[in-house]
Formats: sequence, structure tokens, C-alpha cells
Amino acid sequence: MKAARRLFAAAATAAALMLAGSAGWAAEKPREPESRDWSFSGMFGKYDRAELQRGYLVYKEVCAACHSVEQLAFRNLREIGFSEEEATAIASEFTVRDGPDDSGEYYDREALLSDHLPEPYENENEARAANNGAFPPDLSLIVRSRRGGPDFLYALLAGYEDPPDGLELADGMSYNPYFTGTQIAMPPPLFEDMVEYADGTAASVEQMSSDVAAFLYWAAVPELEDRNRLGLQVMIFLALLTVLFYFVKRRVWRDVH
Amino acid sequence: MSGAAKREYKNGFVRWVEYRLPIFSAADAIVGRDYPSPKNLNYLWNLGSILGLALVIQIITGIFLAFYYIPTAEQAFNSVEHIMRNVNNGWLLRYVHANGASLFFAAVYIHMIRAHYYGSYKAPRELLWLIGLAIFALMMATAFMGYVLPWGQMSFWAATVITNLFTAIPLIGDSVTIWLWGGFSVDTPTLQRFYSLHYLFPFIIAGLVMMHIWALHTHGSSNPLGIEVKGPQDTIPFHPYYTAKDLVGFGVFLLILAFFVFYQPVYFSHPDQFKPADPLVTPPNIVPEWYFLPFYAILRSIPDKLLGVVGFVSSILVLFFLPYLDTSKVRSAKYRPVFRQFFFIFLADVVILGFVGANPPEGAWLVIGRLASAYYFIHFLVILPLVGWFERTKPLPESISTPVLGDAGGGAAKPEPAE
Repeated sequence: MKAARRLFAAAATAAALMLAGSAGWAAEKPREPESRDWSFSGMFGKYDRAELQRGYLVYKEVCAACHSVEQLAFRNLREIGFSEEEATAIASEFTVRDGPDDSGEYYDREALLSDHLPEPYENENEARAANNGAFPPDLSLIVRSRRGGPDFLYALLAGYEDPPDGLELADGMSYNPYFTGTQIAMPPPLFEDMVEYADGTAASVEQMSSDVAAFLYWAAVPELEDRNRLGLQVMIFLALLTVLFYFVKRRVWRDVH
Repeated sequence: MSGAAKREYKNGFVRWVEYRLPIFSAADAIVGRDYPSPKNLNYLWNLGSILGLALVIQIITGIFLAFYYIPTAEQAFNSVEHIMRNVNNGWLLRYVHANGASLFFAAVYIHMIRAHYYGSYKAPRELLWLIGLAIFALMMATAFMGYVLPWGQMSFWAATVITNLFTAIPLIGDSVTIWLWGGFSVDTPTLQRFYSLHYLFPFIIAGLVMMHIWALHTHGSSNPLGIEVKGPQDTIPFHPYYTAKDLVGFGVFLLILAFFVFYQPVYFSHPDQFKPADPLVTPPNIVPEWYFLPFYAILRSIPDKLLGVVGFVSSILVLFFLPYLDTSKVRSAKYRPVFRQFFFIFLADVVILGFVGANPPEGAWLVIGRLASAYYFIHFLVILPLVGWFERTKPLPESISTPVLGDAGGGAAKPEPAE
């Protein structure tokens, strides 16, 4: 499948290049992200809990200032290796609005495991007002909603560059060759040693980009390990069953001329 | 089959029911007692039962998904995410349903292409073909509405583009479109009626499937040689021969389905489907699912909106006339050397149309799209009738039992002539 996909991608790219040559929109085409080897790639892919926890740290310390992951609840953090107590402790650092109580008042309380991760802005208008008119998208499904998935995300986060000569950046925009149109409203978000990893991993821009891309892959595809495990069982069972059916068929048909 | 003597049922309970409600003899009349089948059917004849399986899988997974799905613009997207994340094995149900739809279409296309290659729709099986096309049309409507339900970006914009086609109808187009929407744009009322019909249509399909089988079993299956069964020496009972063979097909179909469900679950999807519907942001290139791409290419090849819609609708309507456009008395392409060439050119044309449909209608794609669209209609309206009239067909075998002329004993050397 992968080979067929590559072949198709190659053919499509060739066709696109031909067209781009004639239409002249090659200049705006974003750079193709490099394919990376993730722990969750392939039929036997698994999540690396330590990597996901580092990624969560980067999300919490950096991304969460502007981006929500509204589909995630604190209880989900147990799936990336935090114990129930640890996840409860993480939740308790946050305050959420609840209510109305018996007297009809809304009140703030500590977040519980059942709460979803709080969103940085009250609404889209506030988000746009705070970000020069741009709306920082929710990250719950970002690896699914962008071509290239985690490869793209890594390339984007670690791939900020100085703009090429002659390119006039619009007000408040940064140059990123991997982004559609190459001008992105998000300023370079990661700098070396921005976070301090508990496991002592050096917090390079590449490391943090990779960790948070893995974390967001998990956020979008939490069923991956269950799916791979069940998939293997189902495929083996069906393969044996099909072979069995085939021999039954040959047996039944052996007298037909 | 017809005129069969009334059957004596051995089972006492069956006899008891049959005496009061003759449901078993009714089933015999429709399905055909023992259903004697041509003994030379190849694996392409497996698709019928596979399609039945696919329909059952879609209905069962769909019923369970409906336990959790909420058809409102505000909640549809999140209710699908709820299924994916919180419902036990919800991801499995949804991925089987979504990928099952794609493979359902893959199977139905092979089924239809097989009918074209072997001329299965020729007399006396024209009605069988027409009922099949009615099923196909309902499948397309069902799949389109199903694609809208998750309320992603492509859902919303596909719904907008397709429902906007109705505005092309002269004079009443705009009113009809507003009536279809249940409002002034695609919104919750649209979503709710789509959901209702998406749930209803599969059961109409199931009813049509019974008529399809009834029509099929009245004259029996066609076969790769395209000649009628001459006597009992040409047939074998459906059970156990074709039940055993169909199970092999089931196994292969389920393996392919499982591969996509477990290892490439979003292969047939689109990145924009993972963004919630946003009426203010139009995706740069709105594309339908792969199985609509050839028809979509025809729609977009024609620069005029009304004519585009006419072309789009005609590309499906023309299939209803296939039994009459294919004028040759010989059914199977095996004995039609000229048709056989044109058949494969037509297949290539449809694949090209598929690629055209996936790309924006500009530059080279536009030119290719127009040529390929024109050829699609030329194949049906010009080539098929002419080839049928002028082609010199090869001599047909006398019967299924003697497939090769002058080599009557040859079949015995091969245990499975059909494969």
C-alpha cells in the first residue's frame, strides 16, 4: 500500500509540477516535509509514553497560551502514562468555571479528571483580537487535518527561516517554507531550553518540535494502539479463515467438470 | 424455479408455519428452489453476494452509530469525535462504516463492469440491470448524505456544491433549492433531513435487492460464455457449490476491509473532513469521495452550469439505456474482439475521469477532462451501437459443457474450467 501510495504520489507530483510550470504558481508552493520515523508508524506502532509526556509539557508550557485541544479531558492523560494521582494533580493546577449552583451563581473551581483541558480564549473574537486577526486553530485533530500529519507539524515547528531576499512579509507575519503561502501568523514558538524536561532530555527546538508533534498525534489518534493490536488479531484470523474457505471450496468443487 | 412442484417440507415446525403462512414456498418462488446455476461462473460472479454482505455491514454498523450521533450543526462534529474517543469500540464501528462505504462502491463498480464485459444485461435480463441501477442511484444518494453527516469542512461544502446544482433548473431552481435545504443555506434542517433519508434509503435498497434477486433467479445467472444454459448438464446447485465459492469471496472482501479499517483508516478521507464545518471558509478544491470523481469530472468539464448538470445526470441516465445501446446479439466480450478493445479503452477513460475529478478544472486537466467526458458518451451512444452492428463475432460454443468447439472432451482435463 505504501509503495502504491508513493507511486501515486510521485505521479501526482509529476503532474502537479508540469501544471505548476505552465501556470506559474511554483513560487507559493510550500516545501514538502521530510518523512520521519515515528514510534507510532507502521503496523506495529506504539506510543512512547515518555515522549508523549514531554510533548504534553511543551503543549502546556508553550502552545496552550494560544491553542486549545478541546477534545482532550484530563482523564485522558492517564493514557500517556500519568497515574490517576498525577493526572488529578495536573488537573488541579487549572481553574474551570462551573455552575449554576443552588443559588444560581456561576463559580470557579479546581479542574477535575472529567474536565476538558481549558481553552485559552473565551471565544474566536477574543482569540483574533489577541493574535493580530489570526485564529489559532484547535489542535485536537491538527495531525489529521493537515497533509503530512506529524511530519508536517514537526517540519513547521522546527522549520522557521529568514525570508528569502526580495520577499516582503506582511505585517506581523513570519516566514515558514512549509506553510501554505509560506507566510504564517504564528511567530516562531519554540526556542532552545524553553521548557525543562523532567527526564533530563536536552530541550532543543528539534526535540520539542518532535515531542509535541507526537503528543498531538496521540491527541488526534488515541485509539492507535488498540487498533493495531486488534487489527493484527483480526487480520490473522481472517487470513486463516479465507485459506480454509478456499480449501473447502476446492474440495466441494473437485468433481465438477 | 417457475412451475416447480410444491415442495414437501420435512421439518414439522416448517410444515406447521407453511400451512398457515406459506412463507417458505414464497421464498422458494423468489429465490428459486435449489437455484440451479451455470457451472462455469468465475470469481467475478462473487460480487453479488459480497454486495449483500456489504449492505448488511453498513446497516448494522450504521444502526449502532445512530445510538450516539447527533444531527445538528452545533453537535454533529463533536458527537462523531465522542464516538471515536469515548464510546467503547466506537472508532471500530465508525471506521468499518466509513471504509465499508468505499469498498461497497468498489464492489458495485466491479459488479457493473462485469455486467458490461459479459453483456449480462441483455435480454431477458434488462429489468435485472435496471433494478440494479436503481439500487446504484440510491447508493449514491445514501453515500452522499452519509458524507455530510460528520459535518466536517468537506461535508458542508460537498452538500453546498451538490444542492446548489438544483439552482441550475430554469425558473424554479432557486425555490427548489431553498425547499431542499429547509432554509436559506445548508444548516441543521438540511443535516436532519439528510440523516433521516440516510437511515431510510438502505432499507429501500434492501427491498430493491430482493427484487434484483427475484429477477435474477427467474432466468438464472448469466455466465462468462454468454450463452444460455441448455440443460441440467450445464448447471450445478447453488448450494453447496456457490455458497462455498462465495465464502472465499467474503474472506477476501473482509480482509481488504480489515486492512483499511485497522491500518489505513483515513486513506479514503480528506484532511478537510477533520476540520469542523465553517460556512465562512471555502476549501480551495472541493472534491467528493473517490467513487464520485468520474461523474464530478463530467460535471465540471462543461463550462455552463445547467449543461454541466445535464451532463452529470446524463452520465448516469445513459447507463439505463445500456441494454438497448449495446446492440450485439452476442453477450460475452470473449467472442467480441472489437468490443473487447473498446471495453478496455472505456475503462481507461473512466479512470482518467477519476483523476480529472480530483484536480481543479484548469490547464491540462480541463482539456483532458473535456476529451474524456466526450469519450464517455461516445462510448455509449456511438461506439456500442455501431460495434454491435458491424462487428464480426467469433463462433459461440454449443453449450457450457462443451466450451471449446471441436474439443468436446477438453473440459474434462481441467477440473475447474471457469478458473
